[in-house]
Amino acid sequence: MGTTALLIECPPAEVEAWRAELWRRRAAGELAAAEIVPGARTVLIDGLDDPAAVAALVAGWAPPPPADTAVGTLLTIPVVYDGPDLADVAALWSVPVPTVIHRLATTEFRVAFCGFAPGFGYLTGLPATLAVSRLATPRTSVPAGSVGLAGPYAGIYPTASPGGWRLVGRTDVTLFDVSREPPALLAPGTAVRLVAA
Amino acid sequence: MSLEVVRAWALTTVQDLGRPGYAHLGVPRSGALDAPALRRANALVGNPPSAAGLETTLLGCSFRLPAGGVIAVTGAPARITVAGAAAAFDVAVSVAAGALVEIGRATAGVRSYVAVAGGVAVPPVLGSRSTDTLSGLGPPRLRDGVVLPVGPSQPIEPHGIPEGSGAGAAGRVPAEVTLAVRLGPRDGWFTAAAVETLLTTAYTVSPNSNRVGARLAGAALTRADAGELPSEGVVLGAVQVPADGQPLVFLADHPTTGGYPVIAVVTDVTALAQARPGSTVRFHGPER
Repeated sequence: MGTTALLIECPPAEVEAWRAELWRRRAAGELAAAEIVPGARTVLIDGLDDPAAVAALVAGWAPPPPADTAVGTLLTIPVVYDGPDLADVAALWSVPVPTVIHRLATTEFRVAFCGFAPGFGYLTGLPATLAVSRLATPRTSVPAGSVGLAGPYAGIYPTASPGGWRLVGRTDVTLFDVSREPPALLAPGTAVRLVAA
Repeated sequence: MSLEVVRAWALTTVQDLGRPGYAHLGVPRSGALDAPALRRANALVGNPPSAAGLETTLLGCSFRLPAGGVIAVTGAPARITVAGAAAAFDVAVSVAAGALVEIGRATAGVRSYVAVAGGVAVPPVLGSRSTDTLSGLGPPRLRDGVVLPVGPSQPIEPHGIPEGSGAGAAGRVPAEVTLAVRLGPRDGWFTAAAVETLLTTAYTVSPNSNRVGARLAGAALTRADAGELPSEGVVLGAVQVPADGQPLVFLADHPTTGGYPVIAVVTDVTALAQARPGSTVRFHGPER
């Protein structure tokens, strides 16, 4: 990808294993990269002097062992499930609202990748059958801390911004703080529960 | 030491070499769009390459140094005056305490860079003093009357002044910008004709361009695969093609992941950072 980057394509279930493996190799001094960025089905390695040489190396590393442990401990985020789109999600899932809340509150999510805004993690863990479409007309402003669903993902808005995710709840937790290291609470690989507050 | 902004005009920001290392958390790289020009300005006033300066946009800016100091202006050439007297572009200039420094409209290019000896010393955020116009990290865009801290200056080292960009050191901006690209990673999502179109036709820089990306107008690039691309990491210079088929070349404040296919990646975006709206852009490749 360009002259300084490499894009590894893999099944979604292997992205986290690749990310963890590449970070481990970078920490061990085997990989000199400025950025290792997971996506839905890819891991980007950027800031390389010689991407072709790294591609040859990576081919020798594949396949990495499956990542069976999440980064750090399980993070618990208290969520007030009173979002304006809760009833719509219940209709899309063909279940009552309390069942939606129960499913969300008991799912073990994992941060698959970040994007959209600093500290916005795309959380996987819901079955594909529960994927919901985005709002046809995005809201012009979504408050910080709003918990939403879009496609197969759950996510929490770190700051107020426009957005088209279906809002199911809200949290007071600070998701991004530049004085923290790492600044994002929801870094890739983190395991998360969105418990009912 | 400080710098007092008198006129910031439409968009003047503090920029250094950016905020790498946090893309996995959704933090854009940011930093000077014409990084070679900022490096040169810093070298001219004896600053390290990583020092923060000002990046202007088309209209220039004006300021005072209440304690005096040394400045250099590079990047887009502009008329410079200090206390009303003409001053030189692309050299170190001594500024008396309180004198008004006016950087005029760019006579070519878009972005002029002002380095002040000691560097603009706003508190760094995640290792950088750059204003990120996409995420809001870093200092806010400058307003009239804002006072910025300036760090202690070093003696000027006359050796090792790096070349600026084509717009900077030579004071020339070509009427037509030619950008080397490597195809991919998603060129396969486009028709062969679209790839041929990208590499053979002229595009025009749109007025909607900004620090996030240079929006180009021209022949639409047609998709062979109409599916939705799962979000993936993107890089500086990525040529992303949204639904309307008009390419967008990512500049420093680009989002870290994107859901539109990237047909090619521009090897060096510096010339694009200085390309005015209405300029002609051509891509050449197709080295992969």
